[in-house]
Order: sequence, then structure tokens, then C-alpha cells
Amino acid sequence: MQSKDTHKDIQGNHACALGAIAAGCKFFAGYPITPSSEIAERMSVELPKNEGTFIQMEDEIASMGAVVGASMGGIKSMTATSGPGFSLKQENLGYASGAEIPCVVVNVMRGGPSTGMPTRPAQGDIMQARWGTHGDHEIIVLTPDSVPEIFSETIRAFNLTEELRVPVIVLYDEVLGHLVETVEMPKEGSLDLKTRKFAQSPAEDFLPYKETDDMVPEFPRPGDGYRTHTTGLTHQENGFPTQDPKQVDRMIKRMSGKMDMHKDVYESWEALECDDADIVICAIGISARAARGALKSLRAQGQKVGLFRPITLWPFPEDALKAATKSAKTVLVPELNAGQMILEVERHCDASTNVVGLNRIDGEHIEPAEIEEKIKELVK
Amino acid sequence: MDSSNSADSFNIRDYLRLEMFPHFLCPGCGHGIAMRALLWAVYELDIDKDKIAIVSGIGCSGRIGAYVDANTFHTTHGRPLAYATGLALARPDLHVIVITGDGDSLAIGGNHLIHACRRNLNMTCMMLNNEVYGMTGGQASPTTSETRYTTTSQSGSIEPVFDACALASAAGASFVGREVTVHTPNLKDLLRDALDHNGFSFVEVLSDCTEVFGRKNNLGESPEMILSQKSKMRPSSYGSANGNIVDEPFRPTTLPTGILTHKERAEYGDTYRAHVEKISGSVKNG
Ligand code: SF4
Repeated sequence: MQSKDTHKDIQGNHACALGAIAAGCKFFAGYPITPSSEIAERMSVELPKNEGTFIQMEDEIASMGAVVGASMGGIKSMTATSGPGFSLKQENLGYASGAEIPCVVVNVMRGGPSTGMPTRPAQGDIMQARWGTHGDHEIIVLTPDSVPEIFSETIRAFNLTEELRVPVIVLYDEVLGHLVETVEMPKEGSLDLKTRKFAQSPAEDFLPYKETDDMVPEFPRPGDGYRTHTTGLTHQENGFPTQDPKQVDRMIKRMSGKMDMHKDVYESWEALECDDADIVICAIGISARAARGALKSLRAQGQKVGLFRPITLWPFPEDALKAATKSAKTVLVPELNAGQMILEVERHCDASTNVVGLNRIDGEHIEPAEIEEKIKELVK
Repeated sequence: MDSSNSADSFNIRDYLRLEMFPHFLCPGCGHGIAMRALLWAVYELDIDKDKIAIVSGIGCSGRIGAYVDANTFHTTHGRPLAYATGLALARPDLHVIVITGDGDSLAIGGNHLIHACRRNLNMTCMMLNNEVYGMTGGQASPTTSETRYTTTSQSGSIEPVFDACALASAAGASFVGREVTVHTPNLKDLLRDALDHNGFSFVEVLSDCTEVFGRKNNLGESPEMILSQKSKMRPSSYGSANGNIVDEPFRPTTLPTGILTHKERAEYGDTYRAHVEKISGSVKNG
């Protein structure tokens, strides 16, 4: 039975903040921006009650820097923003990726480019979330499609960033940020929470970026006697800068190898009625919600339609997509942009598969009826 | 201070990562002297190396942290104060020292500097001012003196010059001071007072970029450069009746050295923690 204590009717942004607290987040630095400000507001209330620190910084860049700085001190930290703010965070996000400092960044997507439409939804940051910062870098992007999933994916974001030492982005749109749904609060102590592997080996000869079997180096907590060096420059296993081609190549390949090795840890997707589907809809976030409605209606009319939904959007679950679209002649990609995820879908589908987009860039979300209509047109 | 060490037994090697040497600084660069003064001050205060966190930005100033045997973080251009803010709040047990340059903290990182001064979070910011972007090949900075030649002011700089100490004081820094590298013991004393101060302390060190700025402007070798800097200094009027040094944001022709501002003001971390206690008290009491 649902009770007031265990079930909360809350908006997506508050679910995100509560998920962070449940995950053990102890530091939040942010800057006001629509439509994500409710996350900072809620964190400013929750963190002081949970032995944590909230600070509103002077700008978006500073809040990202402070989050990385707090995590360098060994604590779980997070920031939240939206489009233009996300652009400003990219340099320090790249630092976190290069120096392998755990952190969670939430981006509640709004219309762009530039200031765009602060109060309207979009899914225009799919590519920015993957490639916003410069250079070859590793990053994980999670795309929940409901308020309960924002809660659980924020917890998973902390677990992944701690376990793999890769920055994790939680990416959803304005509609989900402000949608109110019921979230079941986990019982105290029931969550499986991860904490980074703090260095335990002898301080003498300790190598902070040692190529261990699992490719995830131990984290030397300041004050524990390791006295290591951390830099955004390409570095050797001992943490000090290098431009030696062999060492640089090795560092970048260890980081990408780490991602290849731990696919089972971070990959997550939902495949709904794809086995016999002639048409598979591939969508995330609010567009996936609309796709569910269309799927139900079309199945009732006897159409063989399926839904493939990446929950971990980046690295893209390409094998799962291939499996889900094996029987499909057509893949429809509805998204609130001019065609971003479709590029990735096309890349992984058979050349014989017809990959079609359904796009809105006008600040409105896609209705189930639009998807249904598009599919009827495609099967004609 | 009971825990303090005596000056004559300071051995800089105890604080260096000797395996990193030779260092990358050009011969005659003032940054090495500044680093020596900083470590000397650390020694005199007997600060545990395990508890020191050096956070630096990008530029020649940003690279010297790597030679110090402590927890060292070389961050992004202009942002060391933002990183240090997160680190100091997360770990109040650490002694956070920011090493930055004139371009790093007055140009690209200017916003972070004024807000760090305003907040008064406990850390020491040592700004090495050499009037130039040395690492990128000698471009003009917000402290390049008027008429000086740089690779982006080939016929002499025409821009007004920031007085970093006046800026920091005006923004609310509770401890501000300035020294030249040639006065190394004075610089050490100033840094020692800054490190000992509970709040945000800002120390401007007039360093010299011999190799790039000095050559471009025909300023001679390092000794000539630092001696000519010395001749432009005057003692601080701090503590005297008209001891307010902040009269204008631009640099006067002669600069005061020593402690320029020193006031006791609530430290941000203390205030935050007291505030939290108050809130949780009121929550507990219903
Ligand atoms: S370029 Fe200038 S500031 Fe940089 S190390 Fe050389 S002398 Fe020093």
C-alpha cells in the first residue's frame, strides 16, 4: 500500500535532488538557470540536513570547478544546469574526464541554440552531452524517462561515477523536470551504494594512474599520506605531465579500454515488444513516453511495433540496438531536435533498414498521436 | 608560536619532489624564489605536508606546484580558486594554497578572485605577477605596465594596469599583502602571516619573467630586473592614521609592500557550519 512516508508526489527536479541525497552526495555547487533551478533549491535545503555542503557559486564555470575540487577532496559531488550553462561547464567537465575525478552533472534540456527557450523542452544536447568538451574523452550519459527513473538514475549516476571514475551526465528535458509523479522512497539502508576505491596500497612508489587489471586506478585521498599530483595535462602513471607519444597513447587508450571493459556495469536500455516488430521506435526521455502511448494503440490495432529506449545513452548501447532491430524493416527516431540520435541509430542499423526521423524543434513535445500517424504513413 | 620551526634549519629539499628536477623554469625566473619563500613559510609554521593542498591554474605560475611534495592539483586556466573553494569546503582539515598568475587570476579568472575575496573562505592565494603571459610566449596581461612591449602590444601597451591588491581589498579580502622576490625573508614573513590568517588571504608577489618579458623590453638579466622592481617599492602605510591603500583601481607609480589589509572577518566555512548547526537545532526542536 502506498503511504505518505514511502511515496512522494514530486516533480522530476526534486526527485533528482532526493536521488542525489539518497546516493550519498555531500556537495553541490550551482548557479541559477531555468529549467533546472529547483534542483539547486532543493539541494540547498537537503544538504545542510545531511552533513553536506551547498554553495551557490559566482557562475556556471565556478560551480563545475568547485564540484571537481570537492570531489578531489574525496566526497561525492554534483551540479545541475541547463543548455547555456552546460556549454560553460564543458572545460572543467573535460578536466574531470581527463584526470578521472568522479562527479555528476545534471542537464535539464531546454530549447536552443543560445538562450533559446528557457521554459520549453528540447532534446538538443544529445551530442553536446557526448562531445561538448574537447579531445578524445570518456563520459557516461543517462537518460531517464519518468520522475521515478530520474530518482533511480541519479543514484545510479553516483554509483557509476564512483565505481569507474568517469563523469556522469544525467540528461532529461524540461517536461520531465517539471512533471509530477509518484516516487517510492527506498528504505534506509536498502540501496546498494558504491564509493570510489580509495588508495590503500603503500604510499611509497604509489602510482595514482597505475594500469590495474580493472583499468580503474585507486583514488589517493588528500591527507592519507600519498601526496600525489593531479593535472589536466596528459600524464604518466605517476600523475606527472608527459608528452611522450607512447605514454600519451597509453593513457588515452587505458581510459577508453576502461569503458570497453565495463560495458556490463554501465549499459542499460529497455526493449519493449521488439522481437517480432516490423517497426521499432528508438527514443529517449519524454519522446519515449509518447512512443509508449503510440505503441499501445498500434499494437491494439494489430501493428507489429516495438520500442527501444537507451537508458544509458552514451556510450551508445549499439549491440542491444542491433538485437532489438533485427527483425525490423523500419526504425523511427522521434526526438526534440533536428536529428541527433538518429545519426547514431543509422550508424548501427543494417544498411537495408529504413531509418526515419520525426522531429520537433518548436519547443513543443511530440504527442503519441503524431508518432502513431507517422507509423501509419510508413506502413502504407 | 609553539609549533613553529626556527628559520636557520629550513632545508627546501625537505619540501620538494627532487625526482622532478631539473625544473622547467627559465634561468633567472622569479617564480622559483617565490616558491622558496612559500615553502619556508610552510616550514616555519610546521604545517604537515600531508595536509597541504596546492591548487594552481594554467601558466608558468601553475606549473610550480608540481615540484612541491604535497597534495598538488594543477587545474584549468583561471579556475584554481573555484576548485579550491570546493576542496576547502569539502575538506576543512586541509591547508589550501592557491598559486596563480596575473593572467590566470586577473583576466580569465577575475570573477572567481573577487568572489573568493567576498566570501572569505579560509585559503591563501599567492599571485605571481610578472606582467605577462610567459608560457604562451609573452602576450600582454592586465598588469602589463603601460608602454611595455609584448607580443600583443608590439608598439607598447596602451591599457591601464590593474592594482591587484587594491582590487582584492575592495572586494573584501580580509588579508592582503605585496612583496618583491628580492626581499625573500620579508616575502616569507608575509606568506607566513597569510597562511596563519583565518580567512581568505591574498598575496601579490612581483616576480620577473626574465626570458620573455625582460628580453622583449631590454630589462637586462634577472638581478637588474628584480633590483629595479625594488626601487619602485615603498613601505606600506598599513596601520598608520591614513592607512587606506585603496585609492584607485589602477597601479600607482610606486607600490606599497608588506601587509596592506588585515581585518578579522567571519570565515565562510565557520559561518556555514554554524548556520547548519542552527538549522539542525531548529529541526530537532520541532
Ligand atoms: S617564460 Fe617567463 S615566467 Fe615563464 S618560466 Fe620563463 S622566465 Fe619564468
